[in-house]
Amino acid sequence: MKTKFYIRLQRKIILITLLVSIAPLITLGATIYYQFARMYKEKVEQQIRYRSAAQAQAVDLFLKERTAILGAMADTHKLHDMIDENYLADIFEVMNNRAGAFVDLGVISNAGRHLAYVGPYDLKGLDYYQQPWFGVVMRKGVYISDVYMGYRKSPHFIIAVRRQEGLNTWILRATIDPEIFGAIVRSAQVGKTGDAFIVDQAGVFQTQPRFNGGILTDAHLNTTLFGTGTTVIEQPNPQGRETLYAGTWLRNGAWLLVIAQEPAEEMAELFATRAMEVAIVGIGLLAIVLTVVFTTRLTVNRLRETDKRMNELNAQLVQSDKLAALGKMAAGVAHEINNPLAVILQKTGWMSDLLEEEAFKESENYEEYKTALDKIEEHVERARKVVHGMLGYARKMEPRSEQVEINETLNQTIALLENYARNNNIEVFRDFASELPVIASDQSRLQQVFLNLITNAIDAIGNDGEIHVKSRATGSTIVVDVTDNGPGISKEDQKKVFDPFFTTKETGKGSGLGLWVSYDIIKKMGGDISVTSDPGKGTTFTVELPVITTQQG
Amino acid sequence: MDTFRVLVVDDEEDFLETVVKRLEKRGIEAVGVKSGEEALDTMKQKLFDVVVLDIKMPGGMDGIQALREMKRIQPLTEVVLLTGHASVETSIEGMRLGAFDYLLKPIKLEELMAKLGDAFEKKDAHEQKIRKAKIKELVRFPGRVFQQEKEEE
Repeated sequence: MKTKFYIRLQRKIILITLLVSIAPLITLGATIYYQFARMYKEKVEQQIRYRSAAQAQAVDLFLKERTAILGAMADTHKLHDMIDENYLADIFEVMNNRAGAFVDLGVISNAGRHLAYVGPYDLKGLDYYQQPWFGVVMRKGVYISDVYMGYRKSPHFIIAVRRQEGLNTWILRATIDPEIFGAIVRSAQVGKTGDAFIVDQAGVFQTQPRFNGGILTDAHLNTTLFGTGTTVIEQPNPQGRETLYAGTWLRNGAWLLVIAQEPAEEMAELFATRAMEVAIVGIGLLAIVLTVVFTTRLTVNRLRETDKRMNELNAQLVQSDKLAALGKMAAGVAHEINNPLAVILQKTGWMSDLLEEEAFKESENYEEYKTALDKIEEHVERARKVVHGMLGYARKMEPRSEQVEINETLNQTIALLENYARNNNIEVFRDFASELPVIASDQSRLQQVFLNLITNAIDAIGNDGEIHVKSRATGSTIVVDVTDNGPGISKEDQKKVFDPFFTTKETGKGSGLGLWVSYDIIKKMGGDISVTSDPGKGTTFTVELPVITTQQG
Repeated sequence: MDTFRVLVVDDEEDFLETVVKRLEKRGIEAVGVKSGEEALDTMKQKLFDVVVLDIKMPGGMDGIQALREMKRIQPLTEVVLLTGHASVETSIEGMRLGAFDYLLKPIKLEELMAKLGDAFEKKDAHEQKIRKAKIKELVRFPGRVFQQEKEEE
């Protein structure tokens, strides 16, 4: 139950310490982690926004240039010259030399008829009257088409300008090379995942994108999300990867130039940094956890040991207090019992004295009286022994101080008991340390203690066994162990062996005072006596005596 | 030598009375008194060889005080102390003040008799020594030789 307390305490300390030390670390780590990501994304966003705007300008310029050249040619030549295809071919050559990217050039009458044509397709004579662009160019003067298939069955777009020549109106029309145009747009592509393309308002590719489709297919891009200027939106690409799209409107909102970029690619460096950060935080956490657990364990264990030592000291204190109090009480009781015993003894003695007189000797009950009186005397004697034993004093009360050789004392004591032991088939082994210091003590008292311990050992064994009497010096003390291989003493009883009147011997055999008196004697000598026992294996009584040498020697 | 005189001091009347009777039965001239004061009064009137003194008596003069007075009144009289356990330290104090020895209650009469014998022997030896010292003193004054011889008889 005690262990639980310490485990709980340990857990509490660890938890609180970890919380306090880890929370700021994690907060800091997370802040850095997300802040970094945000900054990086902003940077990537800004980059593609800039590229989108720049590229849009370039494409716009390209278209304006082509339109301007076409317009200049139309404005500076007459229709009757232009319908001459050789003439037209010369102009076409000049245009391509100056600006390039023209695929063909055609002259169309105000009725929609293709009057002259220079280029790889056979388009001469075709009627464009019904084509939607025709109407627009007639109305507005300049027209740039979306990409369409047209008569030639290949995606292209055209630029057409109207020429007012007197009353007559005609149209000069050129097709822009989709390859060259596409290449210009694609020049804005960056990295492994970057893309650059143009879509119309409906989201249809006007140039060949790098990924996800072809020209005139759906780009799966909601163009209404893009506002004026350059807009950056984030959405997953058809592969499901998060992609940034920066779109800039061209040609007054007819086309949208889009730069696409997966930020993940740009952020690879960030991810490396992030991984490092996570690793550092992880190592930090591990270090904190280990340190906290280790130091807390150490602290709690120390605490536990201190508590244990304190409890032991308390227990010892309680024990000696208890025995001291009992001693006082016993002394008082002894006096009160001794006085009546003294009277009884004298009265009995007096009766015995009288019984010896002639007249009584004649009485037929003389023997009965005599026996009865002897019995009374015998039992008073028994009571007296108990009371005397209770106080632990033989004849002389004050402990004497004399030169005592412990081994010699033990030898004498064992000699007294050896016969008794042998009769019970018990062997007593001596294991004495040589050269024990001679101490100033009271030999007869010590003998009384050892006698008690060895007698108890013999009685505990009963029959067949061994007793080991061991002496040793530990510097400031001499230690004597009396070990038997008897049945041992239960944990419960171990606490009580030094209490007065505690005995496990049968009634009348033991007074229960021997160990109590021994305890008293040893304590008065400034020593200590203790018991350790393994139920079923045996018991060891240990006596520790302070090494005190007499001043006079 | 004439009778052996013993004074027994104990507040326990039953004990006192019986011990006195038993001692008398054994040919000892025993007197019993119940307090220290009574004991001192008696000793002022009569010489005793040994006093048996219960050291712990309720009320009145305590044993140690009585012992001191006794040693003053009759310095040669030996005192045997009787004690219960509670007063062992007092008994030792008594030994220092010149008591012969002490006995633990309850006692058998035989033990008491033996102790009284020892005490008497000691007293006797003591007296002899004093007498001899007196004689030696007389030897140093030749005019008293006659007296010395007479005493030696």
